[in-house]
Amino acid sequence: MRSVVRTNASLIWLLLCALTIVSWALGTNHGFGEGHHLPASLVIFAVAIFKVRLVGLYFMELKMAPGVLRGLFEGYCLGLFALLTAMFVFA
Amino acid sequence: MTGAIGLARAADDAGRNASHDRQRHVPGEPGIWVLLFGDMLVFTVLFTVYLHQRGARPELFAESQGALNRALGATNTLVLLTSSILVVFATRALRRPELRYLARRLTLGGVLVGACFVGIKAFEYHEKIAAGITPSTNEFFMYYFVLTGLHLAHVIIGLIVLTVLSTLARKPEPTKTHMAFFEGGACFWHMVDLLWIVIFPLIFLVR
Repeated sequence: MRSVVRTNASLIWLLLCALTIVSWALGTNHGFGEGHHLPASLVIFAVAIFKVRLVGLYFMELKMAPGVLRGLFEGYCLGLFALLTAMFVFA
Repeated sequence: MTGAIGLARAADDAGRNASHDRQRHVPGEPGIWVLLFGDMLVFTVLFTVYLHQRGARPELFAESQGALNRALGATNTLVLLTSSILVVFATRALRRPELRYLARRLTLGGVLVGACFVGIKAFEYHEKIAAGITPSTNEFFMYYFVLTGLHLAHVIIGLIVLTVLSTLARKPEPTKTHMAFFEGGACFWHMVDLLWIVIFPLIFLVR
């Protein structure tokens, strides 16, 4: 069992859980202070896309996938971040 | 002499790259990635539409968001992450003959933890409906129910897929096709997790 659990993915899971709590705290109290919703929201988006990337690379094992598939996924993450932040700020 | 050394180094690098490429593989059947990217793109369109509508009425969206239970949303994120890591462990166990006996239990563990998401979501919906909040309350709640409802449908499909995978995980000697099917199903489940990682901050947190 130990050799199944001893993997980078376990550390990534811990990091993902910690980042979830950070985002939740930021979203609940908007830790940057009242009236600073925009920077807090942008940080929350950045953390979310970083988490998406970690899930793709380590849980879906795209880190070891051929370059084209990994590239498509990295492109999706980048595009999603650009789209969400642009729509959030300018829409 | 220098040229010969350079050539030898280049050949060595090429050999190393070739062996590195051999280790690389597409998780699951290649076709599953068309489905996964297609699904992710459909949700991306919905995220864009949601943000476009939010841009037209930011006050209404911010005020309505205040009625959501953020603690339940965060808990559901942790639930899906935990279910996902159990499926990662199950995939690793299935690949190693001496640990294969763990694969089924770990997959069923993933199903059990994943099912908690459905329970929590049902409680959340009940809370809203009891407070008189339905999809027709306003535009925000229409998108809230559509996005979370569509995602919930994916969770339920994912749980069925994982249950099927748990029967596959019983095989003492899975074939390459079985392994590819298992990896593909696992990737579908991770995609469900991945989508929630965006939906939660988008609907519950940013304002």
